[in-house]
This record gives sequence, C-alpha cells and structure tokens, in this order.
Amino acid sequence: MAASIRMSWRMLRRDWRAGELTVLSLALVIAVGSVTSVGFFTDRVRLALENQANTLLGADLVMISDRVISETLRIDADKLALESATSIEFPSMMMAAERNQLVSIKAVESPYPLRGELRISQQRFASDRVATGVPEAGSIWVDMQLLDLLGVNVNDVVRVGEADFKIASILTNEPARASGQLFSLAPRVMLNLTDVASTGLVTPASRVRHRMMFAGEVAAVANFRAMVEPRLQAGQRMEGIEEARPEVRSALERARRFLGLAAMVSVLLAGVAVATSSQRFIRRHLDSCAVMRCVGGSQQQILSIFMLQMLWLGLMAGAVGCLLGFGAQFVLVGIMGSLADFALPTPSLLPILFGLLTGLVTQFGFALPPLLHLKNVPSLRVLRRDLGALPTRSISTYGLGFVVLSALIVWQAGDLKLGLYVLGGLIVALLLLAGVAFLLLKVLATFRAHLFVEWRFGVTNLMRRPMSSVAQVIAFGLGIMVLLLFSVIRDDLLNEWGDSLPDDAPNRFLINIQPDQVEPLSQFFSEEGLKAPALYPMIRGRLVEIGGKAVQPEHYENPRAQHLLERQFNLSWAAQMQVDNQLIAGEWWTAAESERQFSVEEGIAKALSIEVGDTLVFLIDEQRVSARVSNLRSVEWDSFRPNFFVIASPGVLESYSSSFMSGFYLPEDEYLVLDKMVRQFPNITVIDIAAVMTQVRIIIERVTLAVEYVFLFTLIAGLLVMYAAIYSTLDERIRESVILRTLGAGRRRLMNGVIAEFVTLGALAGMVAAAAASLLGYVLAVHLFQLEYHFNGWVWLIGIIGGGAGIGLAGVLGTRKVLNYPPLLALREG
Amino acid sequence: MAENISHSIVRVQGLSKRVVSPEGELVLLDDLSLEIDAGEAVAIVGASGSGKSTLLGILAGLDVPSDGQVWLDGHDLFKLDEDGRAALRQSTVGFVFQSFQLLPNLTALENVMLPLELGGAMDVAPQASEMLARVGLAERLHHYPKQLSGGEQQRVAIARGFVVKPKILFADEPTGNLDSATGERVIALLFELNREQDATIVLVTHDEALARRCHRSLRIDAGRLVAVERSVAV
Repeated sequence: MAASIRMSWRMLRRDWRAGELTVLSLALVIAVGSVTSVGFFTDRVRLALENQANTLLGADLVMISDRVISETLRIDADKLALESATSIEFPSMMMAAERNQLVSIKAVESPYPLRGELRISQQRFASDRVATGVPEAGSIWVDMQLLDLLGVNVNDVVRVGEADFKIASILTNEPARASGQLFSLAPRVMLNLTDVASTGLVTPASRVRHRMMFAGEVAAVANFRAMVEPRLQAGQRMEGIEEARPEVRSALERARRFLGLAAMVSVLLAGVAVATSSQRFIRRHLDSCAVMRCVGGSQQQILSIFMLQMLWLGLMAGAVGCLLGFGAQFVLVGIMGSLADFALPTPSLLPILFGLLTGLVTQFGFALPPLLHLKNVPSLRVLRRDLGALPTRSISTYGLGFVVLSALIVWQAGDLKLGLYVLGGLIVALLLLAGVAFLLLKVLATFRAHLFVEWRFGVTNLMRRPMSSVAQVIAFGLGIMVLLLFSVIRDDLLNEWGDSLPDDAPNRFLINIQPDQVEPLSQFFSEEGLKAPALYPMIRGRLVEIGGKAVQPEHYENPRAQHLLERQFNLSWAAQMQVDNQLIAGEWWTAAESERQFSVEEGIAKALSIEVGDTLVFLIDEQRVSARVSNLRSVEWDSFRPNFFVIASPGVLESYSSSFMSGFYLPEDEYLVLDKMVRQFPNITVIDIAAVMTQVRIIIERVTLAVEYVFLFTLIAGLLVMYAAIYSTLDERIRESVILRTLGAGRRRLMNGVIAEFVTLGALAGMVAAAAASLLGYVLAVHLFQLEYHFNGWVWLIGIIGGGAGIGLAGVLGTRKVLNYPPLLALREG
Repeated sequence: MAENISHSIVRVQGLSKRVVSPEGELVLLDDLSLEIDAGEAVAIVGASGSGKSTLLGILAGLDVPSDGQVWLDGHDLFKLDEDGRAALRQSTVGFVFQSFQLLPNLTALENVMLPLELGGAMDVAPQASEMLARVGLAERLHHYPKQLSGGEQQRVAIARGFVVKPKILFADEPTGNLDSATGERVIALLFELNREQDATIVLVTHDEALARRCHRSLRIDAGRLVAVERSVAV
C-alpha cells in the first residue's frame, strides 16, 4: 500500500505537469467553490445566531409584549438575582430645521443592554467606543445614516413628537438591533425611557413594542422562564437565546436551502465536466495501464494507484475550492450582509467538510465507473492496441454520479419531499431543455447544405457529437437563462408592478392621528389648498373567540392564522364599504340597522375559518367586544389604499380609544406641506411609500444579485463542461485539423470553422435560455404576481448575441491548441 | 510452486491458441512445444500473421492459451492468476516493444523508474539514471518521449527493460519502427546488455539479419513451429 501511495502521488504530479488534470481539477474547484461560498456565508450567519445569541438578544431572556409589561415580573426576577431592564420601540417622525424623517425609536433604561454592548462615536466615520450607560435624559443617540437624511450633526437639536433632543452621539453598534424585523426601514434613534412621556407619542392606541430583558445565572434564568411562561398572556412571548431572531433564522434557512440548491446546479454541471474529463483521462491512460501490468503491476495495485491519485486530486482541488468559496463568500456577505444588521463571525470548519465531501462525491460519482475499467485493461494491449478500449458513454458512466448528486440535492433541500420536488423539477426541466436543444440542432442540420463551407464544417462538428452538444447547450442555456431572468425579466416585473399602480395611488400614509386632530387636520389640508384625505379610525384589538369558541394560535396549523391570533388586529368602523372593496358573501349594513355587525376580509376569514353568521369577540382595552359577521369582502391590497381586515358597523367601537390613519397621494412638488404638517402635528407619523418601495426594490435587487452571483458558478461550470468536451475530443480534433492542413486548408479557414461551431453552440444556448426565461417570466408575471406580461425582445437579442459571442470566444480560446499544433508532430504521434 | 526443470527458463508444451471470429474458429497457435535455455538469445520469426506475436504474448504471460502449458523460470505460468503472472513478470521479465510503449507523461528517467517503483523499491532514481547513462542517454534524463527521437525512445525502453535485471527479456519487433542504422545500434545495445546481465532474450522479428545474431531462430508458420535454425554467427 505504501508503494501505491508513493506511486499515486508521483503519478499525480506527473499527470498534473502534463496538463491531464486541469479541466478535471477546475471542475472540482468550481463544484466545491460554489457549495462552500454558500456554506461559509450561511454558516457565518448561523454562528452569529448561536454564539452571539445573547448579544443579539441584548439579554439572556426577553419578554416581548404589545402592551405594558407588569412590574411584578421585575420583582420576581430580583428574587432570583436576575438583572432586568425594559425598553419600548415604536416608529415616529423626527424633525430637524428643514427636513423630517421616519425613525425607529427605542427608549431604554439603564442597565441596558444586559448582554453585548452599545458602541458610539462622536463624529462620522470616527473610531467608536463602548458606551457606558444609556443616553442621558434630553439627549439621543442616532444612526449615522440619519445625520445625512436630516442634514444635521452631533450636538444639533432635533424634535421628536413634542420634545426637543440634543444628538449626543452616533450609535454604531446595538445588540438586538431591529429585533423583530430583518430589514429595518427606518434609522434608529435611541433615547432614555424617562423621556418618552414628554414626546407625547405613546397613547393606548399606539403601536408600541414593549420588552423586558433579563440576565443572570443560567439556572436562574431557566427557573425564571419556567415560572413566567405559564403566566404569559396573548400578545406576549418569551425569547431565549435558543429562539433569538426567529425572523433571521427562518430567512437564513430559506437562503441556505435556496442558494444551496442553486449551487447544486453548478455541482451537477461540474459533475458532467468531471465525467467527460475523466473519460479522456482514462482513455489516455489505457496504454499506461497496460504497460504497468506488463512490467509487473497487479490489478489491485494499478486500481489503487489511480484511485489514490483521484483521491489526492479531489482533496487538493477541494482545498482550493474551499479557498475559492471562502473568498467568494465575502462577496455574498457584501451583497447580503448589509441587509442583516449584525457583525458576522469567522465561519466554522463545517462548510469545509461539506465542500470536501461534495468534491469527493462528485469526483468519485462521475469518475469511478470509467476508473474501474482500468482494472480490466489487459496487459496484452501492449501488443494489440484494440484490446481494452473504454466502452462508450452509457448510463453506467453517469448513473452513479446522478444517484449521488440526487442524494446531495435531497440532503441540501433538508426535506425529502422538497428535495424530490426539486429533483423532479430539475430532471423535467433538463429533459425539456435537452429536447429543445436537440430539435434546434436537428433543424440547423437540415439547413446545413445551404451554409458556407466553414459554417457547414462547424455545424457538422456539433451534429457529430449530438449528446455532448446538447449537454453544452443546456449548461450554457441554464446559466444564461438565470442571468436574463434576474436582470431583464426582473426589471420588467418590477417596472410592471410600478406601472400597475394607479397614478393616484397613495404615496404617503399618516398614522397615529389622535381623535382630536381629525378636524384640525382636515382644516390644515384645506388651508393648504389640498383635498382633505379620508381618515379612517383604527382600534387595536385581539381576536379571542369565533362562533362561541375561544381561539388560541396553537389551535391552527396555518402559520398565517397563528400569526394573526398572536398579534393585535387593526379594526375600524365605517357606515359605507370602501369603493375598492367587493362583497363576497352576505350583505353590507344599512343606516337603519341597529344590530352590531362585523365585515371580515375574505383572506383572514379563510385562514381562521370564519363564516357569515359567526359571532366574533375581540378584546379591546381589556373589554370583550362582540358582533356578528354579516359579510365577507375582498380587498385589493396592492392598491396601497388603507384597508382593514375587520370593519365594524357604526356604534360598536366608537367608545374605545382609537387613533386615525390615512393614505393619500401627494404630488412630489408638494412635499413641503408635510414638513409643515409634521411641525403642526408632531405626533403624526408619516410613512413614505415611495421610500418603502425603494427599500423593497433594494432588497429584491440584493437577493437576486446574490442568486445571480451563485449562478455565476453555474456559468463557469458550463464553460468547464465545454472545455471538458473540447478536451475529450482534442486528440480527434488535432488529427482532423492536421489532415485538413496537410490537404491544404489554411489556418484562417480552420479557425472560421471553429468560430462557426462555437458561435452556433452559444447562440443555440442563448435561444434556449431566452425561451426559458421568457416562459418563466410569463408564469411569474401572470400566475404569481397577477401582472400583465409584455414580450421583451431584448431577452432574445441579449441571449442569442451574448451567448454566441461569449461562447464563440471561449470556444476559440479552448481550441487554440488544435490550430497551433505542429502537423508533423501529430503525424509522428500517429 | 517452482519446479526444477533442467536449466530451461522457458518451456512450452502442447501450446494452442484459438479464437472465434465471424468466419468461424481461427487457429493462431497449433500444438506448439519448445524450450529456451537460460542465457540463450532466441528469435521467433515468420511472416505477418503467422502467430509469432501471439506466441510472445503467451510466453510473457500477457495472454492465455487455449491449451497447453508454459513454464517460465520454473513457474507453471497459467496456474498463476493474472496478478500472479504480473508479479512474476515484475521479478523476472523485461520488455521492449516495437512502438516503444513509453508513458507520454513521464520523463525518460521516470519511465525507467516505473517498474522499480511498481515493485515497491525506494529511492530508485540513481539506479534508473545509471541505466539511462548505460544506454547513452545521461543527458536526456528529463526529456519527455515526444522530445526524443525514435532511436532514443527505444533506448529508454531498453533501459526500462533491463533496469529490473530481468532473467528474460521479451522484445517485439524492437527495430520495426527504426531506420536500419538506428536499428543496428539499438540491437547492438540490446545484445550488449544481455551479455552483461546474463539474461535470456526472446525476440520477435522478421528482420532476418537480426534473427541471425541470435543463438536460435524458431520459425513459425500458420501457428506451427516449422523449423529451428541455429545461428553460426553468434
């Protein structure tokens, strides 16, 4: 065995030097690189969640509630020697001399944070330091971004609600930042809890998130949790370090699956390249094997030498792939990381293990069948070269590879059913693409006679190896399709979505309008010469009973239903149904009716199994409010007009504390009106829909950019499939070209033939890609997003021309050796 | 199990080789018996297709006969399995082929090192270099086969054949791909090394001049041994 190891190592060095292993190892590097780049990235986020969970939480245990948390909890915590601190979070407007801005306010008290640290700096981009304590009363700490948005600086005074604050520091790091939402739309403002009252922003109807944080000995924390959890009321939950950042966890899991599966496409293609280049490697080593047998190598020895050689190659290529993946994940972090709001630690070794495993599985899955053949090469081949030839490609060559890759895909999906769906989808898609590619080749072949001689030569070359050509068309087709889908088609869909909104769709929302401000606000608008927008009353209540039965989130399997029951609803009342709502069942109430009635949006009615005639009970201000459901209605949510899940008939809700909201269209040149309004009504929060849409667009762009980036590996893998295919036919091509050259064909003519072959290949791939991208775009537009689909000719132009030019160039580079090979040498080599 | 059978290094008894072809059964070797003594140089001659290469292949244990027995260095060759025969070749046999059969990715030195490495020997480069120097290629150690002329390639092959100090060297048309002057030099080298190492040479050729330099020529025709000619020139 020691001799085999030595030999395998030497053979590897020698074959490497001879360039026999370049494509094979590159394919493995790409496979491992694509998997590990995703692996490292998701691993870093996972580690951040695990190792920094209490830092991310700002405590060891947090109670989150949509109403004020009882102080008795703090007393209980004291008894167990737990530290505690409370915070509240809500959106509001902040005003500076000239501008105003929606911000996310967090009011904290010492000793916040219980875990982790706040970091602040006194100047933009200056080095920061750990803050001791929390902002002093009357001062605030803000995100640096806010300084730019408001055009202010440290030490300037800004207004929040009815109070003025001095900006004391720039907040550079905050544990538990934006907990509850991955992507925060509003910059953070941190102030002292004692200052909240002076802002006048928090009323019973305000949407405020209360937190009470605890930290201490592990056992004490566990005891405390066990004691408190049974006492949790609706709208309250505990978050320990195990459940920290559930939204990041689920986003991470989705990203891991999706990007992981996307990376698998590259692995699959790399597998094809591995199979093709292994075939050539083995074919070129048949004689060597025979000679080795001849000079005394045993079957076992020869097989183990080649197997070990493959193992070393796999491990080394895997290591390089891991390095590539590690480098590549920085780009992913660059693209995606800024959307998350916490620092990422260095990754663990787990992705390396998985990467190496993927590399070896891919390598042996696709290279083992031809490798095993080496064992059977008869030594007599040294005398008779026709013996022991490698059988032509067959199911057995690719079968094992596809089986192990299928297993990897299912494993990557993390769920058998999902994995099988993905696998099935992939197989069907590949078969369809193969069918289309094959048909296109056939059609092209029928025109062959009418082509110029070089093109005829090129097309003939493609037709001569139809399976290989089809594989290459699919590989490039997939890569180009993803690029088209995520650039041209994505922009089309986003634009179509923007266009689908009516011109007067509301672009500003006003919330937190107090009942006594309804009249003055209408007056304000008319004074400004604007049409007063409709104001809708808004009351917060929790659904506790449907049709006489108490409801709990855990009664429902549907996550949406659970979510709806965990939080408070925004309820409203109205005499008339909004014009853009449509009655689905039952009747709208008339003025003459005195019965207490509810109108329910059909979506939540379905999620919660609410029917016309059911009596619903809401808990509002700790009181039970009940009414019968008299109708269901459909709502056009993407119209951006204010709408409510549940609307009560007049007389049901008016006596409870409420606020008002409005959504209206403000022409862009009138934005100064808002500044004036916010100054006059400082508690009103203005939400700029355009800004929200821009944020959504940025998130979509980032996410698709990340996916595109992962598919870049697919394109490279496609190139490798092509190079592997070129290399597997290189000897044949060299022989042909030499014969043609000795017969008098010039280099230019041969070069034109090569260009014709690969431009055709690329154009076909581009065509397949454009067709698939258009089809997917259509399905996404019409069936998923209910948008109108517009044919975009650019997809076809970019696909075909880009594909033809790109692949043509790559093909010419790949076959350079053929044209530059000295004819005499080729003839001598036979 | 080695048997002591006089001082023959090769002994063949009732050897036949038949293959099935589309035209029916084809007899390549027909009931052939012969003996080759240690230290002897023997040429197998005959027309193309007469079966001489088939005989060489079977004598070296590269192919198996349909009938008959072959003893190589006292071992009943076909009682051994394929790996057993390979091991025997490793310790006893050297080869030189018409088409050189050098591994294209290996330098001259590495090609010569190969049989030693396969035998598990360590630090074989000095031995291989010495052998290459012996065949006049001391300056060409690190050249690849395609950088060498035909004659040089064959000399590398001879070095590879002799580096294991074989008891018997099989050569298949060793000058077939060389011009006559180069062929002459290669043959001279072959016999020189043969003498130095006191090895046995069995070579297949249809070069009558080469055959005459051997102690004996075994003439094969249609798979049968038709004549044994003793050479006087040796």
